[in-house]
Amino acid sequence: MGQDRRGFLKLAGLAAVCATARESLTRLAGAAGTEPRPSAKAPKVRWAMVVDPRRCLEQQNCTACIDACDHAHNVPAFTNPRHEVKWIWKTRFDEAFPDQDSRYIDPALTSEAVLALCNHCDNPPCVRVCPTQATWKRDDGIVAMDWHRCIGCRYCMAACPYGSRSFNWEDPRPHIAHENPDFPTRTKGVVEKCTFCDERIDRGELPACVVACKEKALVFGDLNDPDSEVRRLLRTRFALRRRAGLGTQPEVFYLV
Amino acid sequence: MRDRGRIVTGLAVFVAVALAPVWQAALHGAARRPEPKIVTTAKQCVEPTAAMRRDHMDLLYAWRDTVVRRGQRTYLAADGKTVTMSLTGTCMKCHPNKKEFCDACHNYLAVSPYCWECHIEPKEKS
Repeated sequence: MGQDRRGFLKLAGLAAVCATARESLTRLAGAAGTEPRPSAKAPKVRWAMVVDPRRCLEQQNCTACIDACDHAHNVPAFTNPRHEVKWIWKTRFDEAFPDQDSRYIDPALTSEAVLALCNHCDNPPCVRVCPTQATWKRDDGIVAMDWHRCIGCRYCMAACPYGSRSFNWEDPRPHIAHENPDFPTRTKGVVEKCTFCDERIDRGELPACVVACKEKALVFGDLNDPDSEVRRLLRTRFALRRRAGLGTQPEVFYLV
Repeated sequence: MRDRGRIVTGLAVFVAVALAPVWQAALHGAARRPEPKIVTTAKQCVEPTAAMRRDHMDLLYAWRDTVVRRGQRTYLAADGKTVTMSLTGTCMKCHPNKKEFCDACHNYLAVSPYCWECHIEPKEKS
């Protein structure tokens, strides 16, 4: 009548399955819902940017916003184009909006370069894949970076569908023309990108590119405030988002 | 005990080598304690000097995490003063002499913090 070896192993296995089943099932159910769940308390601020490409094009060849950003954040200018580091940059319209049928859109818009930067997605794929949580979404929607934690695995670069992230293949220090001592540089082997100037926002200032643009082609504001300038623009004019079909919920809008 | 001579010699050499720090100190005098040079006229750092000397690395780590991860940039000191949490903006404003202040102890203790690989150190006359 004694318990034989086979019987004991069966019983132990069954017990182990029962002990872990509940937790695994709960976790599976949670992972299945890909819809962003409404958080318990709604965030107070949701920063976003509206780009007006027509205003931007009034000053052809202007790089004021790019220069201001590059100086404020010590963005290196590598000579090798394959090592280029970009925070805010100009790109072709059809490259910025590859899923947009642009054949019949005003060629004044589609034949010129358009500004691109990190979209600070509401559902950021880069944050999902980062193994060290070196990049994460702040409560105010900014997809921030902690360069202390970045291990340079570049998963985020593979995940980002906008090419908003750049890797330091070399030591960036010798490639910074005028260092801004109030902002750190990065080291070799670290990924960097636009941070919506979180250091300036925390001080109550606007991002450097927004301040630098004389044409007021960049508008920054709170999407959760119905009276903000960004909400007013989005209410009155039609806006595109880059590759919105991917479900990343980009929060940089382009007026057409 | 045919090898008494060898064993005793070996032991003597071993003891001499193991106690090298002791007789080195007796011969040359103990190594000089580093004296970090303080150039500021401020009476006190953000926390009392003893606490800063002991815990500055923990304070800096806490500042780093609070600023970067939580976006809070003002530090409330134990005595009620508030300061901006910034290595280059606050610490180095009072201690612009990194070589004589930071490096003096760090070199003595052979610790190499990697702060300055990214943060830009103040310009010093070498």
